[in-house]
Amino acid sequence: MSTFVIGYYAALIAASCLAAYFKKREAFLLLFSLTLASFVLGLIGGRPALNTITVAAAVIALAAGTAYAWREFLAILLPRELAKAIRTAPLTASFGLFVIFTYAVMGIFAPVIAPFGEAEVIAGAFDPPSEALLLGADQLGRDMFSRIVYGARNTVGLALAATLLAFFVGAIAGLFAAVKQGWFDQIMGRGADVIMSIPSLIFALLMLSIFGTNLMVIVVVVAIIYSPRVFRLSRAVAGNVVVMDYIEAASLRGEGTGYLIRKEILPNSMAPLIAEFGLEFCFVFLLMAGLSFLGLGIQPPTADWGSMVRENALLITFGEITPLIPAAAIALLTVAVNFVVDWMLFRSSGLKD
Amino acid sequence: MTERNNNILLKIRGLRIEAYADENWVEIVHGVNLTLRRGEVMGLIGESGAGKSTIGLAAMGFARDGCRISGGTVEFDGMELTTTPQSDLRILRGARIAYVAQSAAASFNPAHRIIDQHTEAPVQYRIQKRMAAQEDAMTLYEKLRLPNPKEIGFRYPHQVSGGQLQRAMTAMAMACRPDLIIFDEPTTALDVTTQIEVLAAIRDIVNEYNTAAIYITHDLAVVAQMADRIKVLLKGEEVETAATEQMLASPQKDYTKSLWAVRSFERPQKERPVNSETPVISVQNVDASYTSGAKVLDDVSFDVFAGMTVAVVGESGSGKSTTARCITGLLPPSRGQVLFRGQPLPPRYQDRSKDQLRQTQMIYQMADTALNPKVRISEIIGRPAQFYGGLKGAALKNRVDELLDLIELDPARFYNRFPPELSGGQKQRVGIARALAAEPSFIICDEVTSALDQLVAEGILKLLDRLQNEFNLAYMFITHDLATVKAIADEVVVMRNGKVVEQGAKHEMFQPPHHPYTDLLLSSVPEMDPNWLTTVLEERGVDNLGEAATASSAQQ
Amino acid sequence: MNDVFKLVLKRLGLGVLTLLVISVLIFFAVELLPGDIAQAVLGQSATPENLAALREQLGLNVPAPVRYFHWLTGAIQGDFGTSLITGDRVGSTIGPRLLNTLFLASYAAVIAVPAAILLGIFVALLRNTIFDRVANVLTLTAISSPEFFLGYILILYLAVKTGWFPAIASIGRNADFSTMLYNSFLPALTMVLVVMAHMMRMTRAAIINLLASPYIEMARLKGVPAWRVIVHHALPNAWAPIINVVALNLAYLITGVVLVEVVFVYPGVGQLLVDAVAKRDFPIVQACCLIFAATFILLNLAADVGAILTNPRLRHPK
Repeated sequence: MSTFVIGYYAALIAASCLAAYFKKREAFLLLFSLTLASFVLGLIGGRPALNTITVAAAVIALAAGTAYAWREFLAILLPRELAKAIRTAPLTASFGLFVIFTYAVMGIFAPVIAPFGEAEVIAGAFDPPSEALLLGADQLGRDMFSRIVYGARNTVGLALAATLLAFFVGAIAGLFAAVKQGWFDQIMGRGADVIMSIPSLIFALLMLSIFGTNLMVIVVVVAIIYSPRVFRLSRAVAGNVVVMDYIEAASLRGEGTGYLIRKEILPNSMAPLIAEFGLEFCFVFLLMAGLSFLGLGIQPPTADWGSMVRENALLITFGEITPLIPAAAIALLTVAVNFVVDWMLFRSSGLKD
Repeated sequence: MTERNNNILLKIRGLRIEAYADENWVEIVHGVNLTLRRGEVMGLIGESGAGKSTIGLAAMGFARDGCRISGGTVEFDGMELTTTPQSDLRILRGARIAYVAQSAAASFNPAHRIIDQHTEAPVQYRIQKRMAAQEDAMTLYEKLRLPNPKEIGFRYPHQVSGGQLQRAMTAMAMACRPDLIIFDEPTTALDVTTQIEVLAAIRDIVNEYNTAAIYITHDLAVVAQMADRIKVLLKGEEVETAATEQMLASPQKDYTKSLWAVRSFERPQKERPVNSETPVISVQNVDASYTSGAKVLDDVSFDVFAGMTVAVVGESGSGKSTTARCITGLLPPSRGQVLFRGQPLPPRYQDRSKDQLRQTQMIYQMADTALNPKVRISEIIGRPAQFYGGLKGAALKNRVDELLDLIELDPARFYNRFPPELSGGQKQRVGIARALAAEPSFIICDEVTSALDQLVAEGILKLLDRLQNEFNLAYMFITHDLATVKAIADEVVVMRNGKVVEQGAKHEMFQPPHHPYTDLLLSSVPEMDPNWLTTVLEERGVDNLGEAATASSAQQ
Repeated sequence: MNDVFKLVLKRLGLGVLTLLVISVLIFFAVELLPGDIAQAVLGQSATPENLAALREQLGLNVPAPVRYFHWLTGAIQGDFGTSLITGDRVGSTIGPRLLNTLFLASYAAVIAVPAAILLGIFVALLRNTIFDRVANVLTLTAISSPEFFLGYILILYLAVKTGWFPAIASIGRNADFSTMLYNSFLPALTMVLVVMAHMMRMTRAAIINLLASPYIEMARLKGVPAWRVIVHHALPNAWAPIINVVALNLAYLITGVVLVEVVFVYPGVGQLLVDAVAKRDFPIVQACCLIFAATFILLNLAADVGAILTNPRLRHPK
């Protein structure tokens, strides 16, 4: 037994005891179950497994620290109403906001941040990381780091465009269907049912096989696939608002559909719609990443995270983590958005009762 | 054990309860005391938010999710419930304290037969074998005057009507012959004619088994029938406690006096204009039905004259609200027509002119859903003035200020507020201002006071009365509450199953003889006299209650 | 009982109708091609003679509705025409691969479904504790990760670094069952992780929703023990939501399987579909899409029928 292993268990047990002594029931439960789990993992995986846990714990602690600092920072910076909301946000949500902010900066200032162009060949294939090449080179000798940075612009930008389009179409149709009802509502509803009864990836593959893989086609196809989801949600949300007496009062006053949607329904549906936008973005982003991974998304040499995973997949068999980096970039953003959405959904459900 | 100890069943001292809101624990019950003797019925009365239900549950040692008992003691038969372990509390709840919830329909598990839910506790606690428990359930059903007592328990909850379900739940609470039952607004969701039979059943069975009970309600007249003593609560604090007779006869505190006083408002009745003036609204032979459904309105006719109030009364499902929908044009009648000052109105509101729409305004029951929570008061009130009158800028602001003055709200304070920041009564006043802003000649008031506490409701009624005199408005007052009718109506229309049963001037309607249904309806409304229930039951005979009476009157 | 029967029948009819609409969509989507299939296969440089010959061979001279009818009647009998690239019968190409995919999906489902439901109920009972919050973060992370991310992590740690499992899930034609289980463990595990996270969250939400009902509070106030509240009062009403969750996630497996098969080079329908899309081999694309869509609709149908059958209000009509 090395000192590391002994120290590891000693630290965990000491922390558990401290938590128990200070009556921090939850912390104690967490720490002690981690200790027990470590026994099992240590037996199976040996020292490397414990090492991994330590690294993971350090990463989580770092993330928590960042999230905490970021929350305080935002609370000071933002106007009072927002600051009050931010103060009660869980660390996960604050972490999510931080990640989204970082990605946004990365995407917007990509040419400034990236040391090389996205299609520039500057080294040998699969060159290892060095001073100049932060993350090494890819299969053609392009700088991995620069391509990741540009990927933030291309991959996220495209997903954002598709989400916006899906949202625009779906939400407007949904709101109109809720107000108008009757045949318009029926037709839109049935149409949404049909599109939603085909698995999204399969539908995308079918469409791309026919229309080819140019960017316009991808955006439009993905928007068509996901707008029924938005339609259904906004129809349901607006449906709950439309039955309210104040809508009846406004229609009896003689107000037109436009006024009803703009002034009466929309302000009362914003919270769930914004949350849905986040969720929708996650779905779209993952679908597009999947498509690029299959080689059917953004075409080379444009940097794109999904295709970067596929292009460098070979390295995995040599135990390199390089192909995991773009994949992790995708996962991290999705997690971040989901964290924020989770918090927003919790808030809006909490406000209801 | 001494005799004295034996006599006291429940002793609550300094009870404090906190609720979790906005990441904080907020105290909602501030040190309430309560003493209940064996076999005694204590009425807990108060407005919404007084903490009645929370105290009732605390008497069982139970706090809902998001609530906690933060101080004080709850002693049940010598046992301290706040420190008793959950497993013992559970046994206590099953066998010795029972609970009857407000909504029986939601509180019965839809997946099991009524009788299986009934026998669950006695079988669980080995008080009775299953068969014996079923026999006992049938006996209780019979005592509670449920139809088909031998058979009704084998139905599923959704196959039984609301009033019957409420009695079945009372029977279930009785299953283990508990020492104490908590009744949490058991008749609030029921119609008056159904309420009376449930009240009678509850009172009889509690008397028969000498069970102690805490009866929670917001209805003074109901609690007067049920309770031996009454405790009045306000915002989590006790106002006063006294024996029922004494409390009714001579309340001590101002708040209690004000509650009692509400019932005394009654404005003088107006007569129809003699020289055959055209009515503002005339409903003529209207039939209506929802898409492909049965008729919900059948040959409904009545007139509303300027400056007068017509109260439309009836139980839920009688077609009162549907009539309003026909007048406003939300539901085009399938036959008949609605005249405005002698001119027929287009049946669909979409086809009516701006001026026709302006003339008819509505005030809704639930001010919460009637006002858009995301729009400022100034815009809610200002929009009709802008929309119909074309007012802009300073003129619009002056008009809104004027309207706020009319409804007795300070313009400086309320102009920029949002509805959720207002109290229930203030919201209802804003609703009235929005209707007035259109400068209508006819206003439909749909149960405008039934969601409000009594004192606030009276303020609203007085305001409506004043506005009527000031602007010569015609009101159609939809309500199920006869006290409101007495207070404000000039004429009354009684509806049942979509038909007008009877109509006439108010003073005639409150003098017998009437149509049997009007009689039944009128006599079913609880009065403040503690002997009212007994008297009514004697007059009608026990077998001639509720469903039985309804059936017999339907045959007539 | 009559009402339930009618409802189920109505739902079945709707399912068949949806399937028909989708078959129309899949068939005629190809008709939207700029030019036609022959043009797409041969490219711009094709001579008119070649084009005409191919059109003749593919039967493109027959009007589209007639071809649709032939295609549909063939598809019902398992005949999807011939591949444009290899000229093999599509049916016999898909057949063995479909079995492989079904094997992989059921492998994942058998592990994921019971585990997810039990864990979901467990987490629902522990709601608002630290475990619930940890589970929330973990499941959110899992559903946010693309399948290929999880897949490659598993390959890196469980195949390359430790050598415990093979990185490439080749299942031989005559491998015995335990070898098949062993070889396809990693792809199955990848799908289990994603689907389980989804299913756990949905089960948790359904159970919490249920536990808030007044009749559960009533049961507690009647002194019913905690286990009995769950088993006797909550569970009979939970079937509908749980069935719904399971069916939805099994349907989700179908989409997930495509990416996972590509990551692990698993010889299934997903892999075939992706290749066919890249090569624009339309008969295969159409066949695969129809199969996936049909499975998806069938599962949703099963969920709805299950929900109808377990609804006590419908089982015992007035």
